[in-house]
Formats: sequence, C-alpha cells, structure tokens
Amino acid sequence: MFKILKKQVLSPGVILMDVEAPRIAKKAEPGQFIILRVDEEGERIPLTIADFNREKGTITIIFQEVGASTQLLGEMNEGDSILDFVGPLGKKSHIESGKKTVVCIGGGIGVAPVYPIARGMKEAGNTVISIMGAKSKDILILEDEMKAVNDEVLITTDDGSYGIKGFVTTALQQIIDRGTKIDEVVAIGPVVMMRSVVEATRPYGIYTVVSLNPIMVDGTGMCGGCRVQVGDETKFACVDGPEFDGHKVDFKGLMSRQRMYKDVEAEAKNHVCHIGIGKVDK
Amino acid sequence: MALSLEKHKMPEQDPKVRARNFDEVALGYDEETAVAEANRCLNCKVPQCRQGCPVQVDIPAFIAKIKDRDFDGAIDKIKEANALPAVCGRVCPQENQCEKYCVLAKRGESVGIGRLERFAADYSMAKGGETKPIVYAKDAQKVAIIGAGPAGLSAAGELSKKGYKVTIFEALHTAGGVLSYGIPEFRLPKDKIVKAEIDNLKKIGVDIEVNSVAGKLFTVDELMKEEGFGAVFVATGAGLPRFMNIPGENLNGVYSANEFLTRCNLMKAYEFPKHATPIRVGKNVAVIGGGNVAMDSARTSLRLGAEHVYIVYRRGEEELPARREEVHHAKEEGIDFRLLNNPVEVLGDDQGWVKQLRCVKMELGAPDASGRRRPIEVSGSEFNIEVDTVIVAIGQGPNPIVASTTPGMDTTKHGNIIADDETGATTKPGVFAGGDIVTGAATVILAMGAGKKAAAAIDEYLRKKRG
Repeated sequence: MFKILKKQVLSPGVILMDVEAPRIAKKAEPGQFIILRVDEEGERIPLTIADFNREKGTITIIFQEVGASTQLLGEMNEGDSILDFVGPLGKKSHIESGKKTVVCIGGGIGVAPVYPIARGMKEAGNTVISIMGAKSKDILILEDEMKAVNDEVLITTDDGSYGIKGFVTTALQQIIDRGTKIDEVVAIGPVVMMRSVVEATRPYGIYTVVSLNPIMVDGTGMCGGCRVQVGDETKFACVDGPEFDGHKVDFKGLMSRQRMYKDVEAEAKNHVCHIGIGKVDK
Repeated sequence: MALSLEKHKMPEQDPKVRARNFDEVALGYDEETAVAEANRCLNCKVPQCRQGCPVQVDIPAFIAKIKDRDFDGAIDKIKEANALPAVCGRVCPQENQCEKYCVLAKRGESVGIGRLERFAADYSMAKGGETKPIVYAKDAQKVAIIGAGPAGLSAAGELSKKGYKVTIFEALHTAGGVLSYGIPEFRLPKDKIVKAEIDNLKKIGVDIEVNSVAGKLFTVDELMKEEGFGAVFVATGAGLPRFMNIPGENLNGVYSANEFLTRCNLMKAYEFPKHATPIRVGKNVAVIGGGNVAMDSARTSLRLGAEHVYIVYRRGEEELPARREEVHHAKEEGIDFRLLNNPVEVLGDDQGWVKQLRCVKMELGAPDASGRRRPIEVSGSEFNIEVDTVIVAIGQGPNPIVASTTPGMDTTKHGNIIADDETGATTKPGVFAGGDIVTGAATVILAMGAGKKAAAAIDEYLRKKRG
C-alpha cells in the first residue's frame, strides 16, 4: 500500500498528491511515469511523475478528475493508501548539459510533467524559457514553482484573463519572432496542443519533443495498447517513450486511439447513476 | 474386466451454455471416475510416461495411490516434483508429453494422466490441506527471482524446500504471470486455483513483491551487490506482443492478444463497469493465429458477447499449434475456423475504426524449417471479412527491460537470454534464467521444468560459494 502524505487541490478538479514510495523516488527521473490502481476493482492509471523527493521518499502526481477512475482517486485523502503504485516507467527525458536555449511548454495539467523537465534543463546549465497555457487564470497551476526554475515564464490564457490572450503557440511565435534562437522545444499537454506546437516549430526546423500519454494497461511493453506511429515505425509509448520527436508522431492516429473507450465509458457512467449504487456524480 | 481403450470422459459444461459464461469448462472427475481411470494404468515395469514430463512427476506412483483411494498420498507424490499440480492438470499439453508415451496410446487412448493429476490437486484443495511453513535457518541465503510466472513460481518452491529464502519480484499487481493475465478464467480459475497455488507458496515462506519492475525499480546488480541476494533467477517470460506489420494494424479495434486477454483476465473487464477497465469486442471478431493464445482470445470474445468469431490461420488444421482439446472446445462452442487464410491488411472507416480484415488464400507447399508445410499465397485470391475487432495472436517476444539493464548477461539476436539448457546459467556469474525469456513462448510446464532445473543449479552454485 502507498500512503498519500499530502493532498492539495490546485484548481477545480485538478489535484496534487505526494505519495510515499521510497523505492520509486530513489530511481525516478524527469519524464518518467507511474501507474497506479486505487483498489481491487480499479483501472491501472498511468500518470507522469510531476516531482520526486529522494530524501522524503515521495512521488508527486498531479491529475485531473476526468473519468470514473480519476474521480475515485480524487476522493482519497491524506492518510489513505493507494493499493498499487508502480514505476518509474518509461525512459527519462533526454537532458543535455550545455548552453542550449530550451522552450518548455505545458498546456493545462501538462505543466505538471513539464516542471521537473524544466528544472532538470536549468540545472544542466541551459537557458530555459517556459510557456504555461490554461483556459483561464483560475485553472493555472504551478506558476510559482515554474517561475523559480526558469529564466523566463510566459503565460497564456484562452480567454485573456491572465498573461497573453491566446494559445501556447501564440507565445511561442512571439519568442521566435523576437529573434530568440531556440535549440529545442519540449511540449506536454493535450494532444491537440502538442500537434499545434509541432506544426508551429516545423517550418523553423526546431527539434520538438512531445510526451505522449495514450491508453495503456501494464506500462512495461506487454500489451501494446499504447502503440503509436512515429516516422515509419510503430512504437510503444510506455517503453520506447513516453517522449518522442514530435515532428515524426502521427497525431491523427494518436487522437483516434484516445477515443477507443469513450462511448463505453460514457455508457457505464450513466449506468452507474441510474441504478443508484456505486459512485454518484457530485 | 476388459481394459477400456478410451479415457473416462470428464464432465463439461454444455458448449452452448459455456460459450456465454466465464465459468470453468471442464468440471473434473469425481472419486469413482478417478479410481476407475487410475485402474486403466497398467503399471508398466518400465514406465514410459515419466520421460514425457518436463518436471519428472512420478506418474505411476501417484496413479497407484489413486487406485488405492489414498488421494492425500497421490497429491503428496505429485508435489514432490510439481509445485503447481492444479494448474498443470488443466493446462499442460499432455498429448505431447506424458500421455504421448503411455503404452495404451499405441492401441487407443492413453491413461488420462492430466485429468488424474487435476483430480488429486482439486481433492486436496477442496479438503483445505494444511501447508506447513518452512523453518528457515537464521543465516539462510537469499535468492531473488524476477517474474512470478510458472518458471519463477516453480523455482521458488524448489529453492524454499532447499532452505533458501526466496523473494519474487513481479512487475504486475498480481502474481502468476501468464497464469493470471493470459490463460482465461474458464480454463484456469483465478481465485480458486491460481491464487490458491500461489498462496501455498507464500505459506511456506516465499515473499512475493508485486508492483516491482526489475530493470526500472532496481537492477540485477543492485540485488546482488546492495540487497544481499546470492543468486538471481530471471524468469520474465515472453511478454512483448508481436504484430503482423500489415497496414491498418494501429486502427481502433485491433488488439494484441496480450492486451485483450490482460484486460479480461487480469483486469476483469468482463465485469465492467464493476471492474473499471473497459474492453470492446463488437459483433464480429477475427483472431489471427492458431495457437493456444488464439483459441483463448476467440473463446473469450464469444463470452464477451461477440456473435461471430473467426480464427484466421495461414496454415491448415494439422498445423494448428494449439492443444488439441482447445481446438475441439473452440469448435464445439462455434468458433469459425478460416484455415489457409492469411491477413494482408486491416481496413478501417473514416473514423479510424476497424471495418474489414483483408485476407489472401494460401496453399501448402514443401515443409519449412519447422517441419510444417510452408504456406504459399494463392495469387488473386484476396477477400474481405467484415469485422469489428481484430485480435493479433501470432506470438510474443522477450521483453528487453531486464536484459538491457544487466551488463554481462548476453542475449541472442532475438533478445532471448542465453542460458545453459541444463542449469539455466547465463553468461553472468550468479545469474540464471529460464522459461519463455530463454526459449521463446512455449508452455507452462516447460517453464516450470526450467525453473526446477535452475533451482538445482542455483543450489549447487551457492553451495560451492559457501565452500
């Protein structure tokens, strides 16, 4: 069992948890993920590691309550224990030490996995500029944390309630236009956002890394559910990734595969509500 | 009494009924039938059956105990050699092993050795026989096993009996390996059989640490240098699904058999939404492949509500690698065998969902390296099968995570760990390997045999080290 040591609501429906997992914390690196299962009936949920503390032996996860399983996780409190917690899975981010200029982009909850990468890039001696995007000001997360590890942070909101009005690509274009020479972009967020970033950098030939979070079961290369077309090859996001060269990723296929269970899950949600047992929506 | 040339039949659920439920298909012998079947054994002076058993169960001896109605004695006899009798009695391909060598098989049907093994194991489980914990020496040496599948479990049982303190590290949240994620409930009940057998190992003192991905959470070197394990047995299985590499394989509705079966068996998707993992099968399902995994996938699809399920296999009936009983059961349940058909493309709709499987007809030519006749395409014979789901069950390869993080432990060009046939010794001192990670995907019992041999070799290695 893995105890929740801290729980914090970052914005409506977005929750941070520090989970006691000393062995994983000892090995975790930026870019990797864990898989957790709340209880015996639970799904295996993959979540990117948002932070780790080797001394305290904790792994930080940040998740959005989007489906039945993440809602169930969201109902857990400090002191409760998660049944299964496995990792660190996937390859770590490729962080080169040097004098590169890196732009780290986090959209929505994607800021969470971007944070340790930005920090790692900075610690490795790079110039790091980050772009944080959110629909509006009240759902922006980790602003202070990001500002502490970046040379510059640009914030965009879709509704213009804070920072630059527009999308993360609006800010990215500004950085490109002002003449900053970008060596690498790391973009993590909704698939549509990552695709937009990739299309924005493609004309300039800027190497762009994206981190994918497709549907998967085991996370160790066993099921192949997370397969994604990268260039001419089919890759398994869990073991070959989760980070890939964004200019080679087949985003159309990726988005299609994300929809695999949308209807059955929607049906199940209705089903549960109607008979009145199990979880009731708040 | 004249000797019957046929095995006593084992009662089974009616095919029409069982094709729609996940309960066990075969129901097992009762005491009378078991004794009657045991009486078919001629107790040969030089019994041939034992040479066909990868773990050398003393078959005539346990059958003699059943004849004498000493059922406790029978299971004790089996357990001397086999750590998982209730499993093996159900899933071993006996027709290629012990039963193949039975003298009766020359004239009719062999003694139902598998069925008798199952009977003895089930009898003992039903009785709830007590498992005595092993008292370990205070300075008992520690052995680590990576992977809680058949090879790892069998090695753990053997090593514990020899007094070693064994810890098994399992990547998934449940022990059992293919017994838990792969073989379906209706063939091998999870709680009643698999969990019970594993609990027995725990009771004798084997530690099983689930959620522990070797190569990620720790390396083999760390186990030996930092955690005090004297030897390591790598038994990670054949966990990497193979795909056909044909167009359309990444469409929605195309599963690897591994994913399909894992969702259903390990995650219990057949009880969705009570269990939160979903699965979808639709009306028409094509399973590609002809092995046990293909049969399991096809029969699972039926039970999940599919109306029409095809087995699409590029060779003929003779060449089907599945256990004969699985093919027979699949046919009884109404699986549609499309033999000598090879898929060439998965066709999808504009939303990215599977619509059809495009196949080409095959004919058999001269035998290939495997000794089976090589299938050759019949040109211009392409046709489409309407399907909602395609399940690819053409084999599994070795997972590279452990090998790639263990310097000094060599692998073949296919990624299988190189290990001695008799001892399981790898090229790295103190590290042994066995089961599918060495041989490529094979059977439960062969993996168990490898686990047993490796346990003996590990014992010898550690004895020498102790001096």
